[in-house]
Amino acid sequence: MIGGALRQTGRLFALAAEVSRAVFRRPFQFREFVEQFWFVASVTILPAALVSIPFGAVIALQVGSLTQQLGAQSFTGGASVLAVIQQASPLIVALLISGAAGSAICADLGSRKIREELDAMEVMGVSPVQRLVVPRVLATMAVAVLLNGMVSVVGTLGGYFFNIVLQGGTPGAYLSSFSALAQLPDLYISELKALIFGFIAGIVAAYRGLNPRGGPKGVGDAVNQAVVITFMLLFFVNMVLTGLYLQIVPPKGG
Amino acid sequence: MGIEVVVEGLTMSFGKQNIWQDVSLTLPAGEVSVMLGPSGTGKTVFLKSLIGLLKPQRGRVLINGVDMVGGRERDIYETRKLFGLMFQDGALFGSMTLFDNIAFPLREHTRKRESEIRRVVMERIELVGLLGAEGKLPGEISGGMRKRAGLARALVLDPQIVLCDEPDSGLDPVRTAYLSQLLIDLNARIDATMLIVTHNLDIAATVPDNMGMFFRRELVTFGPREVLLTSDEPVVTQFLAGRREGPIGMSEEKDAATLAAEADSAPARPADAPRVIVPQLEPSPGLPPRAAVIRRRERVLGMLDTLPPAARAAIEDTYARHATAPTVPMPSAGGGA
Repeated sequence: MIGGALRQTGRLFALAAEVSRAVFRRPFQFREFVEQFWFVASVTILPAALVSIPFGAVIALQVGSLTQQLGAQSFTGGASVLAVIQQASPLIVALLISGAAGSAICADLGSRKIREELDAMEVMGVSPVQRLVVPRVLATMAVAVLLNGMVSVVGTLGGYFFNIVLQGGTPGAYLSSFSALAQLPDLYISELKALIFGFIAGIVAAYRGLNPRGGPKGVGDAVNQAVVITFMLLFFVNMVLTGLYLQIVPPKGG
Repeated sequence: MGIEVVVEGLTMSFGKQNIWQDVSLTLPAGEVSVMLGPSGTGKTVFLKSLIGLLKPQRGRVLINGVDMVGGRERDIYETRKLFGLMFQDGALFGSMTLFDNIAFPLREHTRKRESEIRRVVMERIELVGLLGAEGKLPGEISGGMRKRAGLARALVLDPQIVLCDEPDSGLDPVRTAYLSQLLIDLNARIDATMLIVTHNLDIAATVPDNMGMFFRRELVTFGPREVLLTSDEPVVTQFLAGRREGPIGMSEEKDAATLAAEADSAPARPADAPRVIVPQLEPSPGLPPRAAVIRRRERVLGMLDTLPPAARAAIEDTYARHATAPTVPMPSAGGGA
């Protein structure tokens, strides 16, 4: 049981290493990359925007209510924007990238595998990792980074709207507390997280898709597992990255 | 000219289940070989091992000095470009039309212009009789057509080694006969080393220069076709006659008790009809003669002393009647041969 889990983990890392190497191997599959990028973007943009508005709102409302009780209303803006940019936004991106894009990638590769298409490709001297997996992983990474920017903006706007309109906050205080508490590295770590989450989601989806067990039902199981494994990995990695960031980068307010 | 494939001491198992062990054989350059065997004896696994898709635990597969089992990944990928593999159900890319499927290897590995690609692809499509279907998706055509399209794709890079995985399954007898002829014509045209895995007796009897058979986790025999066709090994005779009595059971093989019980009731079984060696197919009129025929003659006559008497007699008989023909010319064949 443990041996099996370790072996799977090892093979997952081996695939990650192979993909990283194959990124630099010519010829780069530009067309496949554009197609996948477009596909991933089209299935994630709308849900991401729709999720980020209420998410920004609840954070703004919650933080607003807390700061009000503490008598620190002037910091509502800074606190909620930090929560949105550093935590909410990368996690929303992670959920959508793995749930919408990762599952589709896993199902696509899995069904190709059981139809022997991938074997046929290898027989013709074309590496499926270089031809199919690399463009997909790069597409999920690129979309994750861009999507993260969009979710941050939409989430922050949502928070602003709810705080000002519903809680009667002052626009000037809300905006000026941004620069009191938030700093540029907050944005960098947010984008870095999104990049890493995109990579992990792409790799896990590809790994499960390349190794389905036993026929069409195996592909269904693989998709399910890919999404669950990605979620767990992403939340764990998020915790590690947040911990590192808080240790390494000095907080602005301090 | 095709390339020789040397297999040395190949052993394959999945977990505890042993598929076959210590398989050694040589596919002579440019000749057509057939591998027989009951279902589930690892014939397809053997094909996939030759090309390096599956990695047997022990042994080597040498092609041009590259070991397809333990060699460097980069060398293996390079060597694979010499291969054409026809998968059991075609293994076409479901999202591409037949034309794009067949053009795929050309677009990946050559810098040909699109007009040139079109010419080569249409030529192959015509060769396998799929003209008019090139715009269809694999999901829209029959299994037999998918198979032929898979063959066309395997041939598009002018391979030196052609592997066919059950080319006949899902085809009617007439199409199987056409396919047999197509394979022989192909060999005459490009002189590639060919290995066909099948359990179709018609293909086995008429197409190959060499034959082998898998049973009970090992290679029962491999050599010139006459050896297997005249063999009196129980497995071989049972398989060629297609009867129930013998060592092959419904699930892979029978145990000793079942065999003994069968032997007790043996008198009920009518004797097999005497086996005749059917002549090998000739290339269609208008094609060049197969270059492999002459090489095979040299090779087989050279190893005559090592063969069993029945096989030797059959070979001598063949070559005595006709100096260069692969086998006995058909009595009724007019000007065809």
